[in-house]
Amino acid sequence: MASAVHQDFQYSSPSHQAETAIAGMWLFLTTEVLFFGGLILCWIYARHWNQAGFDAGARETKLWIGTLNLGLLISSSFIYTAGIAFIRVGNTRRLIQCCSLTLLLGLAFLGLKFGLEWHDDFAGHLFPASADFKIAGPEGGGARLFFIFYFISTALHGLHMLIGIGLLIWIIRRARREEFSALYHTPVQVVGLYWSFVDIVWLTLYPLIYLVGRG
Amino acid sequence: MPRTLVKAGEVEGSYLTDGFTLRSWLLTTDHKRIAILYLASITVFFFIGGLAAALVRLNLIVPQGLLGSAEAYNRLFTMHGVVMVWFFLVPAVPVTLGNFLIPLMLGARDLAFPRLNLFSWYLFMLGGAVTLYALFAGGVDTGWTFYTPLSTMYSKGHVVLAAVGIFISGFSSIATGLNFIVSIHRLRAPGLTWYRMPVFLWSLYSLSVLLVLATPVLAITLLLVALERLFHIGVFDPAIGGDPLLFQHLFWFYSHPAVYMMILPGFGVVSEIIPTFSRKRIFGYKFIVWASVAIAVISFFVWGHHMFVAGTSLYSAVLFSILSYLVAVPSAIKVFNWLGTMHKGYIIFDAPMLYALGFIGLFTIGGLTGLWVAALAADVHLTQTYFIVAHFHYIMVGGMVSAFFGGLHFWWPKITGRMYPEMWARMAALVMFIGFNLTFFPQFILGYLGMPRRYFSYAPEFQVLNVLSSAGATILAAAYLLPLAYLLWSLFYGERAPANPWKATGLEWQTPSPPPTVNFIETPHVTQGPYHYPPPERAQPHG
Amino acid sequence: MNLWLPAASANAAKVDQLIWALLSISLAVLALVFGLMFRYIVKYRAGSPLDRGVVAEKTWRIETAWTAGTLLVFFGLFVWGADLYVRAFQPPRDVLEIYVIGKQWMWKVEHVGGQREINALHIPTGRPIELVMTSEDVIHDFSVPAFRLKHDVLPDRYEILWFIANRPGTYSLYCTQFCGLNHSKMTGEVVVLPPPEFQAWLAQNGGSGTLAAEGQVLFMRYGCSGCHGGNGRGDGGDAGRSDAGGSGAGRSDGQSAVRAPSLLGLYGSPVPLSDGTVVVADDRYIHDSIVRPQSQIVAGFAPLMPSFAGQIGEEDLVKLIAYIKSLAPERPL
Repeated sequence: MASAVHQDFQYSSPSHQAETAIAGMWLFLTTEVLFFGGLILCWIYARHWNQAGFDAGARETKLWIGTLNLGLLISSSFIYTAGIAFIRVGNTRRLIQCCSLTLLLGLAFLGLKFGLEWHDDFAGHLFPASADFKIAGPEGGGARLFFIFYFISTALHGLHMLIGIGLLIWIIRRARREEFSALYHTPVQVVGLYWSFVDIVWLTLYPLIYLVGRG
Repeated sequence: MPRTLVKAGEVEGSYLTDGFTLRSWLLTTDHKRIAILYLASITVFFFIGGLAAALVRLNLIVPQGLLGSAEAYNRLFTMHGVVMVWFFLVPAVPVTLGNFLIPLMLGARDLAFPRLNLFSWYLFMLGGAVTLYALFAGGVDTGWTFYTPLSTMYSKGHVVLAAVGIFISGFSSIATGLNFIVSIHRLRAPGLTWYRMPVFLWSLYSLSVLLVLATPVLAITLLLVALERLFHIGVFDPAIGGDPLLFQHLFWFYSHPAVYMMILPGFGVVSEIIPTFSRKRIFGYKFIVWASVAIAVISFFVWGHHMFVAGTSLYSAVLFSILSYLVAVPSAIKVFNWLGTMHKGYIIFDAPMLYALGFIGLFTIGGLTGLWVAALAADVHLTQTYFIVAHFHYIMVGGMVSAFFGGLHFWWPKITGRMYPEMWARMAALVMFIGFNLTFFPQFILGYLGMPRRYFSYAPEFQVLNVLSSAGATILAAAYLLPLAYLLWSLFYGERAPANPWKATGLEWQTPSPPPTVNFIETPHVTQGPYHYPPPERAQPHG
Repeated sequence: MNLWLPAASANAAKVDQLIWALLSISLAVLALVFGLMFRYIVKYRAGSPLDRGVVAEKTWRIETAWTAGTLLVFFGLFVWGADLYVRAFQPPRDVLEIYVIGKQWMWKVEHVGGQREINALHIPTGRPIELVMTSEDVIHDFSVPAFRLKHDVLPDRYEILWFIANRPGTYSLYCTQFCGLNHSKMTGEVVVLPPPEFQAWLAQNGGSGTLAAEGQVLFMRYGCSGCHGGNGRGDGGDAGRSDAGGSGAGRSDGQSAVRAPSLLGLYGSPVPLSDGTVVVADDRYIHDSIVRPQSQIVAGFAPLMPSFAGQIGEEDLVKLIAYIKSLAPERPL
């Protein structure tokens, strides 16, 4: 299907198809918002009733890792967007470079998040289902709830990151086969939307995890 | 199947003859073939759910429970609910008729994302397989509502597995809804403005919005239930600060709109059938259209009416009560409009019309009893009894299943290229109507008398009504087997269908029956609104 | 087949009136819909030679009319139902309190006088009864069709249901929230007695002591008296001395250090909390303060009290609460 202009038979023109694909991605992201929205709603609801415990839990998180990761993700979105700008003028080589850099930043995020932060959390007895959970006493229940939400949300976000990295690899491979051009680069745009969304989810989770309890 | 742009005169045969291998079906991206795949799948699910219902009714013939095991009974009604809600009622019309007809009605060659469409069928089957495995290998005994903490801490069934199955099939719903919305926005034929779209498209559009917005909330809820059960994390456990009512809020935030996911496509089907068989333009097109949209919007704000006795605040109950009355208004408008459509028409009593008339009658009863349970004080007495069971079966089975059968008969010639046997179909419609009422009407009385739902055994004074209901269920079961038999028969021996057997106006009737793989040999141009039935000089379509 | 359901409370008669109204409206609408449907399918069948005349193109007037009509009727029904409901769920003062505890799969009832019942509830006519209900495990629902009432019974929460029975007799009691295996066996009966017979029943079934008396024993046994004082005066230090029985001495180490709020006259009074809000100390407040003390800290006190969740069963909690309620306000000397 490698062609400069890409059009399936149900569309009237290539731009018709491109715009439709982008609309589809936007709508998909809407459903994602509701998916994470339900979780965050539960989070805020539970925090409202257990504020002291949640804050005690939040103080155990590693602010520097979260902040560094935030920086990594924002830069990665920026770099990817630069990649889209390059392919708009047909520069496939720069696109591949941008994608690869985005990929590296994403991997760095995952390494910090799961290799380092989760590892420390487990070692520090912060896994809420374990018997020797670190925070005992009056705040124990709330802190447990906090770490439940922490683990669920970061795991779900991590899963989205993994999918995003898979998509980046797919884009890089297709770009190497010279499938994209100034005329046709819809998948690059669609994946860009997705990657930015994953970034935005982190932008929402970051204050919930690291900042609110410290305030 | 790679398909390319076709010029006029290049097409021969139909989508059914475009490849005969199993592979040509299982890897198809043709929306029509995917609709057939779905039709076969949901038929299987319907009969599994129906079998469970039959056993439930069998058990209730005697007060002490004929099955002899409360455990078996609890698993059966859970299985009935789970299979029927998620694997039949919610998907039925959208994934079969919707999949088949949306591109045809749009004058398009396919949906916007054909591969996503196929993918969603595989997700549906995977979710269905996991759920069925959970239901058969030990079962689930929480009811389809999975209330916490019963489901998370006390139940001994395969709750996690069932939740995972429903979770997966939920993404199939999301993919389908997304595909429909984008297709309706982007793939309308030249001249097909929004107000020229048939009501069926509007209904499915509203439904898709519900699917896309509500299902993710169900997904996250089920995920939390599964995690809570596996790790005892406590989001719904009051002992460490969670709240079991939070589950109910989240669950009904999905499941109330889900009721409208089931009925909205039914509205769409009936709104196609009635003008066609009354040979008259639909009455109050814009009112019907906007009623669908209003239902979709308001249905997001009525979930609390499932919790009037659950321990929420009085004020929230009052608010949800008035919103529930508001959401009933658009439904009432539709009923009046269908009657208005029949007024001064030229009414023909073919099977689809009989099903549509049955739909109006049964849906009206279901809707009116909805007013009973929206009235707070009455709801306190009636909720969680058989009155509720009767009420929602009138809406979902009386309403939605009638509409499904109506639509299936109406478009059967288009889908298969064969006519169904008319006399058999009329008889099935009639038997279904009688059997349905006999099954569920006694349950209204049982509910008023106080018989709680989900009871394996009951007080002897309720026996007569229960036996009546079970007798009705036998008739209903026979009525559902009839179409299975004669529709299959018609595939091989039915009369060949012309392109437009009903002399209907929709775009789907402008192409041969069954349609060619590319739907339209030449892209149609739309110049007027739907249902342009000229006042017939002496309209006599057939019979 | 008996199609008549007894109405044994004032509320039941009112709900029946509402249901009759709903039935009448429903039948009228059904008659209209089915009537029009049959009229049209006969009159306008395709074979009918009747001249159809001109079909109106503009429909908005009639649409608006029936939309408005429907809205109006609906609004009336809403007001009626909501009014009854709000009244049915707001208990009056001066009620006879009875504690109901649901567990898989039975109802346990405890009267203030110490009488206990299982799967049965005896009540007098003519007196407002307030059921204070909780569950030991899953969500149950206490439903008495003869009163046209039901309410969910939740774990770790107190829910209130009140009514005035006005017709002596025996009525069915059901659990109507699916609660697992033997849900359908979680039934019982409500026995409504004229007041004299009810008094006789109470006397015959008198327990070992009143709930409050049993609660007082538990107050010592669970060590509450160690901090709250032997008689709940809030001075743990005095407890050892003033309470000659000495069963409160288990916390001798905390006697001087621990300062706990006084419980005298607590019930029904406003309590200022450390977060600045003020709550009224009802059953639910006392229950939660024992099970989740950290959730509501009384202003001016340190959050020292340990949680008793999982250590004190719901039945004992009921007794403790009855005891705390019995503690009269301290008279200034």
